[in-house]
Amino acid sequence: MNYVKLTLLGCVTLIAALGANWAHDLSYQVHAFLIMLVSAYLFLQVLRQTDEVASPAAPMDEYSDGVIRAGVIATAFWGIAGFLVGTFIAFQLAFPVLNFEWAQPFANFGRLRPLHTSAVIFAFGGNALICTSFYVVQRTSGVRLWGGKTAWFVFWGYQLFIVLAATGYLLGSTQSKEYAEPEWYVDIWLTIVWLAYLAVFLGTIVRRREKHIYVANWFYLAFIITVAMLHVVNNLSIPVSFWGSKSVQVFAGVQDAMTQWWYGHNAVGFFLTAGFLGMMYYFVPKQAERPVYSYKLSIIHFWALIFLYIWAGPHHLHYTALPDWAATLGMVFSIVLWMPSWGGMINGLMTLQGAWDKLRTDPIMRMFVLSLGFYGMSTFEGPMMSIRAVNSLSHYTDWTIGHVHSGALGWNGMITFACLYFLTPRLWGQKEMHSMRAISWHFWLATLGIVLYASSMWVSGIMEGLMWREVDDQGFLVNAFADTVSAKFPMYVVRGLGGVMFLSGALIMVWNIWMTIRAGKPVTTATPARYAVAAE
Amino acid sequence: MDTYTFMRQLADSWILLAMFGFFASAAIWAFLPSQRRAREDASMIPFRNDSAPKASPDARADQDAPNPKGQPHD
Repeated sequence: MNYVKLTLLGCVTLIAALGANWAHDLSYQVHAFLIMLVSAYLFLQVLRQTDEVASPAAPMDEYSDGVIRAGVIATAFWGIAGFLVGTFIAFQLAFPVLNFEWAQPFANFGRLRPLHTSAVIFAFGGNALICTSFYVVQRTSGVRLWGGKTAWFVFWGYQLFIVLAATGYLLGSTQSKEYAEPEWYVDIWLTIVWLAYLAVFLGTIVRRREKHIYVANWFYLAFIITVAMLHVVNNLSIPVSFWGSKSVQVFAGVQDAMTQWWYGHNAVGFFLTAGFLGMMYYFVPKQAERPVYSYKLSIIHFWALIFLYIWAGPHHLHYTALPDWAATLGMVFSIVLWMPSWGGMINGLMTLQGAWDKLRTDPIMRMFVLSLGFYGMSTFEGPMMSIRAVNSLSHYTDWTIGHVHSGALGWNGMITFACLYFLTPRLWGQKEMHSMRAISWHFWLATLGIVLYASSMWVSGIMEGLMWREVDDQGFLVNAFADTVSAKFPMYVVRGLGGVMFLSGALIMVWNIWMTIRAGKPVTTATPARYAVAAE
Repeated sequence: MDTYTFMRQLADSWILLAMFGFFASAAIWAFLPSQRRAREDASMIPFRNDSAPKASPDARADQDAPNPKGQPHD
């Protein structure tokens, strides 16, 4: 087996070295060099272990938690990186001088924006999903992760994907598809990593000791499978040259647009919703110390969400070349989606039935409840904005940005923070987080930050939409585009301040996690006795 | 009949019916009174296996032991 690995790694190193030499563009060259270093390092690692006495295999009666610990740290790290870039580009919009002349073209808004979106969605959100899914699937199946070190391959492979994507954006390599910017070779790498992820997750479920597959795992599995399908179809492209990053999409025109938003909206639906609902269905009952309000409702919630979300994409393409029937279909399904979304929210919130007093004492529970509140709010706002008439006002304005952020910061961000606060003490054998007061501080800073963000973007977006459509009695447009830009300045500053508050909350979290980890040590054997203490 | 028309008509009729049928049966299955016990049992899964995984499948007996935390709601 080691010889196969050595051959493979040697070939990759050689090809990457050739690529670094013959590259047609800078980002390909940097990436080839990076891949060469990584595979050469792995080659040496494998070589050193070849024909040595094999170290004893990890005991099968322990949960595989090392990779989850790494995931917790990676989630916090990428979170800070993503929020920092986001706050910076928010101020770039308010103060264009921050597009520094000396840093052109690498640090202008156009290149930093995809860095921000990918860092928060795929790096922060993705790492949170991978590490919580590994935690949940082991606990709800009662077995160790399948595949031994494959989980570590998934973790490090995913980090490599993030680094390749992020450096690519800065160096100008993009296929200019929203949320799917990485070029062909990065896409192929992610496909390999993702299939390994699916194998680990599915393998663990297949070996489970519980008869029933707990509903959180259904959501995680739907997320993994659907993202694999979306990723492959939306990234069908032909590279111009093997030695360059540029590729040409297989679809063209409106078909390409439809495929892109079928992907784009389901990235929201399955990555940011189904996967995070998987977290909700495990961690909310755990933190509330009572089972989910209605397991029956969770089954309906799951199937309704799966059947409806996949059709909602065309609402991104109102008033375009897309046929009206397709846009109407997307709009209708988006509105129908409101119901299962609120069903899920009610299911999560009502889990606290009889335990609402925990809100007074438990800041982690407060975060879970707030995240469900924002889930409910943005799944009402979204369907409303998908209606064609509303969309004619809201589309291309800051309202969309505000909607995205109330969902992403409020729902995804808050539930992820709560999960990190849940996981850290348990994984490092501590009773609770280092400072509960710091969690409260984080809660309020983040909440106020989101409120500032969302409300300023409502004002700015609706104002912008109204200014764009304003005509005088002669039928001429009243405002030039630049008029809306200068009118938005105060709202942009408020939005930036909201970002600063959200970021400072996250920095407090990182300090808190750091102190908790420093005080504890990795819990390697999950004995019942030790867990009884940790779970208090 | 060209491929597009055929696919379009198939999607509008049988596939739509099949998907709706699947969804309806999943919903009915979820609410079957005979499944009530199974639903309650499933909702307790997060409160089991929280320490070391069970040594062998025949050690299932202790899964039904009452859990000190998290009573099922009424």
